[in-house]
Amino acid sequence: MTQNQLPRWVDIGLLPLINILAAFIVAGIIIALVGENPFEALAVMVKGAFVYKGSLGYTLYYTTNFIFTGLAVAVAFHAMLFNIGGEGQAAMGGLGVGLIALWLGPILHPLFVVILAIAAAAAFGAIWGAIPGYLQAKRGSHIVITTIMFNFIAASILVWLLAGMLIAPGQMSPETSRFEEGVSLMKIHELANYFGWKMARSPLNLSFVIALLSCLGVWVLIWRTRLGYVIRATGFSPKASIYAGHQPARIIILAMAISGALAGMMALNEVLGVHERVILNFTAGYGFTGIAVALMGRNHPVGIIFASLLFGALYQGGAELDFEFQTITREMVLMIQGLIILFSGALAYMFTPWLARFFVRAEGQNG
Amino acid sequence: MADLWLQFILTIDATLRVATPLILCAMAGIFSERSGIIDISLEGKMLMSAFAAGAVAAVSGSPWLGLGAAILVSLSASLLHGFACITHRGNQVISGLAINILASGLTVTLGIAFFAQGGQTPLLSKGQRFTPMELPAADWLGQNIPILGQLYKEIISGHNILVWVSLLAVLVTYHIVFKTTFGLRLRAVGEKPEAVDSAGISVTMMRYQAVLIAGILCGIAGAYLSIATGAGFVREMTAGKGYIALAAMIFGKWKPWPALLACLMFGFLEALAARVQGVSLPVVGELSTDLILAAPYVMTVILLAGFIGRADPPKAIGEPYIKER
Repeated sequence: MTQNQLPRWVDIGLLPLINILAAFIVAGIIIALVGENPFEALAVMVKGAFVYKGSLGYTLYYTTNFIFTGLAVAVAFHAMLFNIGGEGQAAMGGLGVGLIALWLGPILHPLFVVILAIAAAAAFGAIWGAIPGYLQAKRGSHIVITTIMFNFIAASILVWLLAGMLIAPGQMSPETSRFEEGVSLMKIHELANYFGWKMARSPLNLSFVIALLSCLGVWVLIWRTRLGYVIRATGFSPKASIYAGHQPARIIILAMAISGALAGMMALNEVLGVHERVILNFTAGYGFTGIAVALMGRNHPVGIIFASLLFGALYQGGAELDFEFQTITREMVLMIQGLIILFSGALAYMFTPWLARFFVRAEGQNG
Repeated sequence: MADLWLQFILTIDATLRVATPLILCAMAGIFSERSGIIDISLEGKMLMSAFAAGAVAAVSGSPWLGLGAAILVSLSASLLHGFACITHRGNQVISGLAINILASGLTVTLGIAFFAQGGQTPLLSKGQRFTPMELPAADWLGQNIPILGQLYKEIISGHNILVWVSLLAVLVTYHIVFKTTFGLRLRAVGEKPEAVDSAGISVTMMRYQAVLIAGILCGIAGAYLSIATGAGFVREMTAGKGYIALAAMIFGKWKPWPALLACLMFGFLEALAARVQGVSLPVVGELSTDLILAAPYVMTVILLAGFIGRADPPKAIGEPYIKER
């Protein structure tokens, strides 16, 4: 109710900024309490994320993960589904990439293997998203709980396979053998060098381009296709959607499959782009961060790109904290992330009444 | 045969030890969710309080002060959850998630700042912890009386006080939720808050009380991890136990005694997983520890899907209450 009284630019621009600012202020207070200078910490993080040689590449590499998982959460949100299973869907996506790369790598031309691996990442993620969707739509089990459970089940399956059937021969740590030469996504700096443009080394690879294309794809899907319209209608009012002749159950399963596919493609960046093998815990919480990204980006691809960039910078800049400070480390970023989810998610409209009062008064003076 | 019996008893003993934090958190979840507030922040509250207990016990030397600090920290996390979900009618899942992630970051950050040991708290000596309580004549009975004596020595004796507190918590939870006026109102607030409101009882107050009780219980669970079974806080030491407790609570259909059984069953699976590593059985072959550990999650999914009975959550769960004006 109250948020509708606000001008649109305040609702989608100012309010998120205020919420992020609140998160940063609380984080700053904690840094000060620990005995460090919060402004110095901020400066180190900004330098670490954008200024140092190659740092932008690292920032964009992290950004890639967040775009995929953020889009995943957003698509489900449009159908009013809360997918917190991004972590598990990404893990399964990685398994899909690994199976295709290890199985077909020695047989087919690398290009075909890479294309099939991309499809496998999306397909494995889609299945791992569609099952909770099916259970929600047809069996009435709460999607939040099911996706949490599916995260743990995926993690167990991955540990089991990586420590057993898929472990690289003669290897102690649970990971697969390295993929065949060429079965990987090209690094952006290699591509740049190829065209004669000097660029510092970084793990940034072609999956960043795939991520941006996915943003476009999601925008077209949600706002420019019939399916997207039905997804939003179902999210808005499942009952009305039935009267309109849609099938909410089918839409829920489909939305979760698309969401899972996007989360699964996060594995392209880590598995196919960087490690070129499946390692344990490569998802590293990116699936959960996707929730913060979607919340901040207001479930819109453009917002998600900006939010992902912010989190990419936080992750890359946070790594820099380890070198510069005795008492603050990259775990600080996890704390900031928690605060951002708190302020821009759970407490999203805490500041709304104040802002509303302010703008009503301002309008009163003008009129 | 005697050896097998001893193995069995030791597994049951381990089950009880593993299940204790699950039981406390499951009871916490029952209070919160019965009042209509989803609580996926059991994990985060337990982690924060484990850190608080470890830190305060190390500095003060008293496990009781550690326990007190754990409960206080967990209570403040509960207040935050309540502030977001009840006062500001925020999304309960998002709030819980925020607390979990905040807990992961905050415990390590503060741990490094306070103790400079990579996020751990200092190792605790015996006097700074809740140590096992040997009951009278346990050793003598265990050696001289074959079956019951061993049972007494291994299962009844030798637990720290918080194990007994957790079992007591089940009894108390059952009594409060199902045998008192407060419990009746609590359940009503989770099923049909309008009815409670029209009876002149504040929905807000009821829900705050429920999440605060949940806070106390999670605090005890956290202290159990860091200053009873453990000798100090280790980063991420809850390792998903809060989520298993959530699963156990659902498996127990939001009821204390069935939830206790679910906790014991999940605890048994974990205790078993630690023992069967490398053991080969006829027919099934070598059992996989990883797959046994995933069993609680698989079982909860199957139950929630209604394939074995039904688990219906409280009707008003997850919905903020808006008082009509």
